[in-house]
Amino acid sequence: MSGPWSIHRAAAPARGWPPDYVLMTGYFLTILEGAALTVAVSLASLLLSILLGLAGASAKLSGRKTLVAIATLYTTLVRGVPELVLMLLLFYGGTIGLNSLMEAMGSEATVDIEPFSAGVATIGFIYGAYMTETFRGAILSVPRGQMEAAWAFGMGRLRTFWRITLPQMIRYALPGFTNNWLVLIKATALVSLIGLQDMTYRAKQASAATREPFTFLLFAAGLFLLYTWVSLWVLRRVEARYSLGTKRGQL
Amino acid sequence: MNWDVILDPATIQLYGEGLLVTLQLLLSSLAVGAWLALLMALALTSQQAWLRRSVGAYTFCIRGTPLLLQVYLIYYGLAQVEWIQQRWDDVWPWTHFKEPFFCALLAFALNNAGYTAEMLAGAIRETPHGEIEAAQAMGMGRWAVLRRIVLPSALRRTLPAYSNEVVMMLHSTSLASTVPAMVDVTAAAGRIYSDYYLPFEAYMAAALIYLCLSFALVGLFKLAEGRYLAYLAPRRH
Amino acid sequence: MNQQLTALLLALGATSAMAQSADLKVAIDPTYEPFTFKTADGKPTGFDVDIANAICEQIQRKCVFVEQVWDSMIPGLQAKKYDVIISSMSMTDDRKKVIDFSDKYYNTPSRVVVKADVKVDDNFNGLKGKKLGVLKGSTQEKFALGELKSKGATIVPYEAQDQVYLDIKSGRLDGTVADSVEVGAGFLAKPEGKGFAYAGPSQDDPKYFKYYGSGMGVAMRKGDKLKGPINEAIKTIRANGTYKKLNDKYFSFDVYGK
Repeated sequence: MSGPWSIHRAAAPARGWPPDYVLMTGYFLTILEGAALTVAVSLASLLLSILLGLAGASAKLSGRKTLVAIATLYTTLVRGVPELVLMLLLFYGGTIGLNSLMEAMGSEATVDIEPFSAGVATIGFIYGAYMTETFRGAILSVPRGQMEAAWAFGMGRLRTFWRITLPQMIRYALPGFTNNWLVLIKATALVSLIGLQDMTYRAKQASAATREPFTFLLFAAGLFLLYTWVSLWVLRRVEARYSLGTKRGQL
Repeated sequence: MNWDVILDPATIQLYGEGLLVTLQLLLSSLAVGAWLALLMALALTSQQAWLRRSVGAYTFCIRGTPLLLQVYLIYYGLAQVEWIQQRWDDVWPWTHFKEPFFCALLAFALNNAGYTAEMLAGAIRETPHGEIEAAQAMGMGRWAVLRRIVLPSALRRTLPAYSNEVVMMLHSTSLASTVPAMVDVTAAAGRIYSDYYLPFEAYMAAALIYLCLSFALVGLFKLAEGRYLAYLAPRRH
Repeated sequence: MNQQLTALLLALGATSAMAQSADLKVAIDPTYEPFTFKTADGKPTGFDVDIANAICEQIQRKCVFVEQVWDSMIPGLQAKKYDVIISSMSMTDDRKKVIDFSDKYYNTPSRVVVKADVKVDDNFNGLKGKKLGVLKGSTQEKFALGELKSKGATIVPYEAQDQVYLDIKSGRLDGTVADSVEVGAGFLAKPEGKGFAYAGPSQDDPKYFKYYGSGMGVAMRKGDKLKGPINEAIKTIRANGTYKKLNDKYFSFDVYGK
């Protein structure tokens, strides 16, 4: 390649050094770092979704019309709008909205909704709706007599929930909870589309930079499968623990 | 907020074209996915262990990896395979792999098939054993039992879960925006955002479109349930 | 009440960074070798990155690099996600309507790149039926849609320039319209660029000025007070030899252009 636009060779690596496998290892390590971020996003979102799920379930079960309406609106919205669109709305629209609010209040400071926060907020918000349904079904499955006995003993609502309802509810909620968790893990891949440098983002960049998409994308897919497998193992142990003392119907 | 840009005819046309692409993708991937799912469900409930295990491995991989990665793998990953590259200019069916629409369709159809197959297989397994025994007592062979007793019942019982899956598929089509040259509703909103710097309005409009579509789909399925699962409806008299 | 609201908003953005006076957030799109790209361990590197660090040294702020997809560069700037864009952004009149630019820090023309056996004349005839990939939101996209679409070429916009190269390599695309230096180092110099060459004239003709503008500059929000110090910094590094050193690190010619 000659002529006025030839690039000085010092910047480009000479062929054969560093050897390809050294370069590739660098990319694989970067993807593993991204995996740590993926795990962080999923755990944070899980926490948020559990909180929202408990709030939503109690709202739906409270019987008060406004609370039920709000909770129904919440679940309808989540079931009607794609996760990606909600995430983009929150990430791009939210920052401008917050900054306009700050300007309107006369503040010079800028608040930046980082991709991490936007991703966790969106995914937590979405899966909170699914958890609402799961927890609602689970709470309804706990025999009402248990709660009545607790009230007869003089336990307040919160204490009843914490000591009587919750431990029993976990067993019924686990299948739905496991399902939601597995879907949540995969939804975290979407945060790569708002710029968070998670596994999927780094795998995509590495694949475009090295022109080897198959390698890096399969590696990321493999990591997801590993994550799914480990989660299933952990949740099965939890299910075994909480099912102690119950009899399973035999077919 | 500046809604004038959204209500501009050119913008509405862009969203309209996006809507068409979304619907095309949704309907074709559901059509292909449904047939694949039927075949895979039969494999999952078959007597042959190798069939069960291989299709089971497939559904594990599909359900264990994000759809986004599946789309990338099919669009970019397969394009890297030299064997396909050599053939995709002249040899059918490999010519289709060059097109972004086909790649997106394949990814969505395979994903849909994976999930639906598991649902259908579960419904087939839960067919009341008495019905199968009665059919066998009448002298029906394996395929006859499948065709006349098991499948009609299993397909009906899958309907509620399938309606969920169809709505999920609608939401998943928004990922088609990550494939170059595919302009669906989300990509149209992204275009408006980067051209006019109006993220809130652009994505709100997209969200509203999806909301309406979801409601339409749920309504359609309620009608279907009213017809096919009428025996489960509460007594009206 | 005002204080409480501010406190609440600050808590909302608890994991977010507030703009500090010491850090300068610089947006880059690291898919643009050799101007902005990443090494295997994820470190941003390239001509733009080095210029950014040199400017930051002059204005005594610390450069913090923020990655951003190219077509949301300007919206992100307006949303205050970062303070400046130093990522080979061309200073066009359209862009000047919404943001401010510093003086130029380099200027290289764009060119069409297709297989060497495709004959393209000075008016870009000869591209009929060819699929050309371009970066979404770039000046090359505007040029291609404005000039090449009418000659029968199909223009496909991509999220990042290196994804264009992926698809050229696999055969989905016949070529691209890109910055001549960028496509030279990022594609033509690599094994997958074998058999491809520049086609058609260099696009720095005055009649294409409306697409390309007058060179690449540092972008910032309208009315930002950084413009003065950054211009001073650019003048300084050009005068004291830092610019030449960075230039020679990557290129064997003067990238400042005319």
